[in-house]
Amino acid sequence: MRPAYDIVKAARSKDRQTGLNFINGIFKDFIELHGDRRFADDPAIVGGLAMLQGAAYTVIATEKGRDTKSRIRRNFAAPHPEGYRKALRLMKQAEKFRRPVVCFVDTSGAYCGIGAEERGQGQAIAENLMEMMALKTPVLSILIGEGGSGGALALAVADEVWMLENAIYSVISPESCSNILWRTTERAAEAAESLRLTAADAYQLGVVDRIISERGGDVQRMFAALAADIADWYKKMRDKTPDELTEARYARFRRFGARPFDAQEAEC
Amino acid sequence: MGLELFFRKPKNELEKGGRGRPRNAEMEYELTVACPACGYETPQSALIENLHVCRCGHCFRMSARERLMYLTDRGTFTELWGDMESEDILGFPGYPDKLESMRITSREKEAVICGTARIGGCACALFIMEPYFMMGSMGTVVGEKITRLFEYATERELPVLGVTVSGGARMQEGTLSLMQMAKTSGAVKRHSDRGLLYIVLLTDPTTGGVTASFAMQGDIILAEPGATVCFTGARIIEQTVRKKLPPNFQKAETMLQHGFIDMIVPRAEQWRVISKLLMMHRRKEAQG
Repeated sequence: MRPAYDIVKAARSKDRQTGLNFINGIFKDFIELHGDRRFADDPAIVGGLAMLQGAAYTVIATEKGRDTKSRIRRNFAAPHPEGYRKALRLMKQAEKFRRPVVCFVDTSGAYCGIGAEERGQGQAIAENLMEMMALKTPVLSILIGEGGSGGALALAVADEVWMLENAIYSVISPESCSNILWRTTERAAEAAESLRLTAADAYQLGVVDRIISERGGDVQRMFAALAADIADWYKKMRDKTPDELTEARYARFRRFGARPFDAQEAEC
Repeated sequence: MGLELFFRKPKNELEKGGRGRPRNAEMEYELTVACPACGYETPQSALIENLHVCRCGHCFRMSARERLMYLTDRGTFTELWGDMESEDILGFPGYPDKLESMRITSREKEAVICGTARIGGCACALFIMEPYFMMGSMGTVVGEKITRLFEYATERELPVLGVTVSGGARMQEGTLSLMQMAKTSGAVKRHSDRGLLYIVLLTDPTTGGVTASFAMQGDIILAEPGATVCFTGARIIEQTVRKKLPPNFQKAETMLQHGFIDMIVPRAEQWRVISKLLMMHRRKEAQG
């Protein structure tokens, strides 16, 4: 077994394909749409329209940037509330025009800043979770790098969640976890094992539905395979009614931590 | 034999505990609690009587059962799923011991209590989070109980009152804790789509994954004076932005200014305000 922390490092690697690479590598004719219609346009999240095998999709991705300058502009893919609100606006638009939604998620988490807090980071994520749960169009989320806690989940309440073999999905960063447990960030590797954050763990826990092979680093082959998989997924989802979709999505998330106990009522 | 003992009168002073028993000793030496806001030391009994609020208005932390006492009509609370306990699903270091010690110190089985009650005569479903159990962190049991409560309330067309206090998603249950944010949000949405009322009362501190899910999804969001409500804690933000934080950052009063909560309600007013709100949302068929 590969140590979990090696996978954490791979997921964070600067050489990894970013969200925009996935959009452009898999889809055709990407047209980016901007802004949350409330306050700003957050460059940490990109979204818009794109084509795949003759069908129009709404595509949304967190974007880390390719060089220092663009990484700073993209805030290293740590979104502000405006990013989540833009994503939700585009999803609602997809619902209106009956388009499927595909999200590519790669973020260390929602941004920890003063403005982000003052403009309701928690509220923005909470609203996405609630609305995505009831979105009347098919949604697919693919974790392509870092899946950092609530900031990642806010784009991953989907009918199916896929995960690249070197991606991670975690409730807290291994460094912070190590800091809480042992008052040092030195033991992050141990914390990474305990958190069960690899694709294999997430699959075993049922948190993701499919692990995507990275084809030994052959990016073009990976994109081609993903394009075929996404098109197949949509064929399967296309004819479902809105009620069937939301029922199945609710059931997908409802099962985590459900227990076989019967309702027990006790007087207090 | 038992009865005889019960009726037997003490024969001498020593049996009563002695002539010299200091009668009001506890009163004279009663513990006081210092207020972190104003420094005033309130005797413990006075503090309990005043709902754990200092004379300056500072709200001390309060256990879920104590809140139940002043928030609900006497004798109307019926607990639901009170037996559910967490397990160490992932084999996380130190988690079983942590759970065990929390059960002993908090005298609760988990970090939330759920049930039904009447408030000002109006029936509702309610959940109250427990600060003394791992700071109200949300693992699979907390998520499951809250989800069940919303499903229960949806089925019976009851409004929900939720009192939040939480350090966020529970790290020890990994991504399964994270999934509870989506799960509870789905249940809140279904309740909401049926036209039912959900009132949230935010108390100090409400943070992380709980702020980013059901704490911010109420139709009406109330908060206790001075409560910290945030997604990321102030210390982490200070480390990230390397700037001094503005005064009253993430306090309920600031959240009110920024438009994220409806009103700040002191403890002594909460029962009255909540019962009015419930009354105003009573459904036609239930009125009268």
